[in-house]
Amino acid sequence: MAGGEGEKPRIGVFVCHCGTNIAGVVDVKKVVEEVSKLPGVVHAEDYVYMCSQIGQQKIIDAIREKKLNGVVVAACTPSLHGETFAKAVEHGGLSRHRYEFVSIREYVSWVHWHDRKKATEKAIREIAAAVAKLADNKVYEPIRRAVKKKALVIGGGIAGMTAAVDLANAGIPVVLVEKSPTIGGRMIQLSMTFPTLDCAQCTITPKMAEVANHPNIKLYTLSEVIDVEGHVGNYKVKILQHPRMVDIDECRLCGFCERACPVEVPNEFNRGLGKRKAIYLPFAQAVPSAYVIDAEHCTRCGLCVRACPVDAINLDEKERIIEEEVGSIIVATGFDIYPPENLPEYGYGIYKDVVDALQFEQMIVPSGPTRGRIVRLSDGKPAKTVVFIQCAGSRDVNHLPYCSKICCMYTAKQAMLYKMKVPDGKAYIFYIDVRAAGKGYEEFYKKAQMTPGIHYVRGRVSRVYREPGDDRLTVEGVDTLSGKLVKIKADLVVLAVGIVPRLDPELASKLKIAVDEYGFAQEVHPKLKPVETEVGGVFVAGAVQGPKDISESVAQASAAAAKAMQLLVKDYVEKEPLIAEVDEERCDGCGICASTCPYEAIKIENGKAHVTPILCEGCGMCVSACPVGAMELRNLTDKQITNMVKAIARWP
Amino acid sequence: MDMDGFVEEVVRISGRNPYLCYQCGMCSAVCPVAQYMDILPHQIIRLVQMGDPAVLESDAIWVCISCMACVDRCPRDVGPGIIIDALRQFKLRRGAEKYDYFQVPELGEAPSLALVAASRKLTG
Repeated sequence: MAGGEGEKPRIGVFVCHCGTNIAGVVDVKKVVEEVSKLPGVVHAEDYVYMCSQIGQQKIIDAIREKKLNGVVVAACTPSLHGETFAKAVEHGGLSRHRYEFVSIREYVSWVHWHDRKKATEKAIREIAAAVAKLADNKVYEPIRRAVKKKALVIGGGIAGMTAAVDLANAGIPVVLVEKSPTIGGRMIQLSMTFPTLDCAQCTITPKMAEVANHPNIKLYTLSEVIDVEGHVGNYKVKILQHPRMVDIDECRLCGFCERACPVEVPNEFNRGLGKRKAIYLPFAQAVPSAYVIDAEHCTRCGLCVRACPVDAINLDEKERIIEEEVGSIIVATGFDIYPPENLPEYGYGIYKDVVDALQFEQMIVPSGPTRGRIVRLSDGKPAKTVVFIQCAGSRDVNHLPYCSKICCMYTAKQAMLYKMKVPDGKAYIFYIDVRAAGKGYEEFYKKAQMTPGIHYVRGRVSRVYREPGDDRLTVEGVDTLSGKLVKIKADLVVLAVGIVPRLDPELASKLKIAVDEYGFAQEVHPKLKPVETEVGGVFVAGAVQGPKDISESVAQASAAAAKAMQLLVKDYVEKEPLIAEVDEERCDGCGICASTCPYEAIKIENGKAHVTPILCEGCGMCVSACPVGAMELRNLTDKQITNMVKAIARWP
Repeated sequence: MDMDGFVEEVVRISGRNPYLCYQCGMCSAVCPVAQYMDILPHQIIRLVQMGDPAVLESDAIWVCISCMACVDRCPRDVGPGIIIDALRQFKLRRGAEKYDYFQVPELGEAPSLALVAASRKLTG
């Protein structure tokens, strides 16, 4: 492709109207007239939609006809159409490095709509700067590196498992890392799923079995990712595996160890409603199918070791560190429920008969701590009146300002399941708004509303308390629709708690992925790049990216897997060569650049700084930090910046 | 009484934004004197949102004891109690007298704390 370096500049400027987005504020005709006078500009035109095929063709034609060696496009924003015009420029026979994008929509018309004259002037000055910069743009070859054809999935819930199986089925080896002793995540804790009332366990266990038996999936349970280095296509990952102390292959699930174990602790699987031993099987369908020792509570008494008929238990097993090399990483660490302890006004932790939604799920499950009976936990009597409190922690500036999205639907489901179990029972659901946006969801909500004995009350509960001598709870609230205060005697209160991301900030910082203000993983673009992170090759799936139900998590997991595949089917990754360069004559090896580099791309060797091209993201931190001016960014040199400032200041 | 722009005035006095309210009813649920009100606190805020001066004629704004429980629990940080206080201020600054403070028959027997609170509330 034609370079254009060293030649006399022949620059074309293309000004987009973006319909009226730009042209409604900026006088595009005046812009074209003025930029035509700039030194080096031999062609300038405007068009209503430069991103259209016709618009792109105008660029291609002008390059060929006017023998342009530089192109400036003034339009929306490079994140939208930067690539569109780069391709058009290449199609016209020029290198993409001989093209500059000027954002006159986001930086001009959208922010200066109140002053057309000055907005027009600003657009002209910005274009003048780009024209000045372009004169010194050099053409570079893209940077390439081979891709490791293997993926890492963090989190073994429904999202992580789906992504892992999708990748594995495409022939890509997958390393699946799960923190707890078994895969299954949150979904395995649920009774049934909305809006079809399918058994959650029956839906997820085939997927668990698929993960367990897939030749392309290597599963590490009780494990966490402790270190990540590298870049897109080539990540080196360290995994810390905590000791299970039970040999997975030897364990026969006879349960002798469990019976021998003298230590009893609350069972986290049913959120403490039941107990388990220090050696335990998380649940019947656990994968891997083997007992595990809870190192935190085990007293090392050795009774289990003696009870085990196959010598599967080794109390001296040590943690180990596993190293894996992968090309792509999918983060699917899921969610936690909002701690109901933070809602003391609803009596959680004070009264046994106040439970959170996940505990209620476990009360519905036939194998759960109440054997599927809906009873008062205080005395085991049947729960004839149940109050559900929606938005328990959600949509509240004192707790979670956001909507947790799934609670409206799971509450409707729980109320219906309650009515199936206790046909003469009454269920009251306090809500602010019912959000049932999803396929079949409104119909499901309608079904709950129609069910005799389910009463939706639009309003809040102020407090839950027990009056002296009363074996029931008193729920005080308001029905905003009738404008009346309500007081309900309830056997059981269920808090529809919101959800919070389960993303260890340390893991996020090791992966260098951004999190939003609530700690959810931040996608690159809410519409167009919903599973991509700012870090190349690292994708997100499931509730770690934002509140999501199962269907959405699965869809997103398959999307993340597809994105990982796009990367992993390639033999090499290419990246923008616009990186930092060292002027070795000036560099005195002080190392300040290396310490400021967020990508660990700079090493000091033989007293000089060296940039590793594949790691450098071209952020420019080192350039501003270097005390002797030895660092420069390709195509954004000090000289170019000075010329841009001069061009802005000089016009008209 | 000139009611024009009463919402703007109430917003200015209170420094609160009534339009943040999504009518969940938490203020009414926590209010310890709601059962004595002709309209409930969330309805007061609704009338302010709608710019309906009828809110100024409600008894409820005078029944409010300014305990600010609603302000504490409001999930949108609307601060209903502060807006209700501003509604009273709006009326008092226009010379309205809801009660003749010196004609209260139980004046002598009322606890002094209640008198201080009442005088603060009823005199602007």
